[in-house]
Amino acid sequence: MNINDIIKPENRVYTKPKLLLDNHMHYCPGCSHGVVHKLIAEIIEEMGLEDKAIGIAPVGCAVFAYNYVDIDWIEAAHGRAPAVATAVKRLNPENLVFTYQGDGDLAAIGTCETIHAANRGENIAIIFINNGIYGMTGGQMAPTTLEGMKTSTTPYGRRIDLNGYPLAMAPLLAQLDGTCYVTRQAVHTPAAVRKTKAAIRQAFANSMNGLGTSMVEVVSTCNSGWKMTPVQANNWMEENMFKKYPLGDIKNTVK
Amino acid sequence: MNEEVKLMKGNEAIAHAAIRYGADGYFGYPITPQSEILETLEAEMPWETTGMVVLQAESEVAAINMVYAGAACGKAVMTSSSSPGVSLKQEGISFIAASELPALIVNVMRGGPGLGTIHPSQADYFQATKGGGHGDYHLIVLAPSSVQEMADFVTLGFDLAFKYRTPAMILADGIVGQMMEKVVLPPARPRRTAEQLAKQCPWAITGKPASRKQNIITSLELDTSVMEENNNRFQRTYRLIEQNEARCEEYMTEDAEYLFVAFGSIARICKKVIEEMRQQGIKVGLLRPITLWPFPVEAVERVSQQVKGMLVVELNAGQMIEDVKLASQCRIPTYHFGRLGGIVPNPQEVADAFIKFFPDSKQ
Repeated sequence: MNINDIIKPENRVYTKPKLLLDNHMHYCPGCSHGVVHKLIAEIIEEMGLEDKAIGIAPVGCAVFAYNYVDIDWIEAAHGRAPAVATAVKRLNPENLVFTYQGDGDLAAIGTCETIHAANRGENIAIIFINNGIYGMTGGQMAPTTLEGMKTSTTPYGRRIDLNGYPLAMAPLLAQLDGTCYVTRQAVHTPAAVRKTKAAIRQAFANSMNGLGTSMVEVVSTCNSGWKMTPVQANNWMEENMFKKYPLGDIKNTVK
Repeated sequence: MNEEVKLMKGNEAIAHAAIRYGADGYFGYPITPQSEILETLEAEMPWETTGMVVLQAESEVAAINMVYAGAACGKAVMTSSSSPGVSLKQEGISFIAASELPALIVNVMRGGPGLGTIHPSQADYFQATKGGGHGDYHLIVLAPSSVQEMADFVTLGFDLAFKYRTPAMILADGIVGQMMEKVVLPPARPRRTAEQLAKQCPWAITGKPASRKQNIITSLELDTSVMEENNNRFQRTYRLIEQNEARCEEYMTEDAEYLFVAFGSIARICKKVIEEMRQQGIKVGLLRPITLWPFPVEAVERVSQQVKGMLVVELNAGQMIEDVKLASQCRIPTYHFGRLGGIVPNPQEVADAFIKFFPDSKQ
């Protein structure tokens, strides 16, 4: 059998989403960002929201998200994405507005904007990549860094007496009346990827239906920052991150 | 809404003028002495009439980033605050300037530094005219001295901001914000339609139709040669603004032998001083910069060649005087008189200061 007999459109089981641009991703091999980007591109396409989607990029590794997903983007100042998304959605209520933020951006410098946007019940979706570290700046401690975890600013491991406790944002946001959907997912296995896709899809639908704020936390790996291979990082995440940040829906008022 | 004559505070005039301009959004945080702007907008409920969005943000930082967002969407959006709050906004203002976005920022100045006082001041002149935030940028800075100008400069500020795709600031002081005067409010004009916005702002974030490429609003550029070219483009815009937009008011300068240079509320006091001094035969005039940036260099240079000396009167420790001296190239004696900490001098104090600096003027 000739290989060209197999390469036919009807035999295709998988294709790159049209909205995923061909630019080379700057993410490290093994990083979770690429998978989540692909999911966002797929979902926007499947929902037919290509001309409605407005993404708010953070400061952090995803600062260049606009190079990879072919929609309109605003690059926000560090931590301010929920404030930016608030105004974009209020001024353009017909659009799909989502932020894409890391843990330094959302849980440290942007905690105020995150809580208040969620508490106002802004009709936005927040995609929260929690890898427990500052990736872009070279692996410093994040609010989400686990106790004992080594980073470049906790070289002997995070100490509670010096650095306080790891901050779990999802339960905090779930307490607010303005949120309609708060869930915590991961992308380390095909099954987890499918669940994350369903979660982001629901968050986007909530935004379009004006139901309030949705947050999809994706517990992620930063194998470069964690100084591990991608496989080691996935295992370490399952063993350690999931204990502090267990997966599953924390709040869903839409079901 | 037709043209209307009203009696109101300067802060209230800004709110009404914004609605009548057809502004798309206001995002603010309460701080004395400018909270009437937000209060008036909330009371007027323009979202029910023009569709203008009004939102009390969680902080000045959030408010300026909401303005950045609205501006990125090509909307006519504004914020207002007072000195400590405007310090908090500086990062956002730098982002707006660097992203080449139009926006209007109002600073109703109070005395500083620090938490300072709630009383009037002009101590944010340096911050407003020299950049304020990080990086090489300028704001167009308009200095109202009356309630009428508070209203007029909303229109002028938005128009200039959109013309040059750069943020504009109304730099008022607590007196102009709080005092009540007659004001002629302009007739209301409708907000721009989506089609008008897309035509005026093809760069705006709207959601990407299949017919065009991505629009991206960012101030990030890691390629240094591109970043330098971006900076050069900003500077070309600033040179253009300097050529075209410097504005000032001249009062009794034709035959003046001495000159007051003052902006905002204190310029009104200088006019009173001039009237009294002219009755004593002292030929004094006033040059009132209306745009603090671009500074009216040409006018100051011209009048400085005709007078014997200049007194720069400011509600600060001497800030605009630097630009006056630069414009006149220190050709003639130039002095500063100011009160600090929220104190506004009365006309007699200003007159006494003038006589102290220029004793020969009284012949």
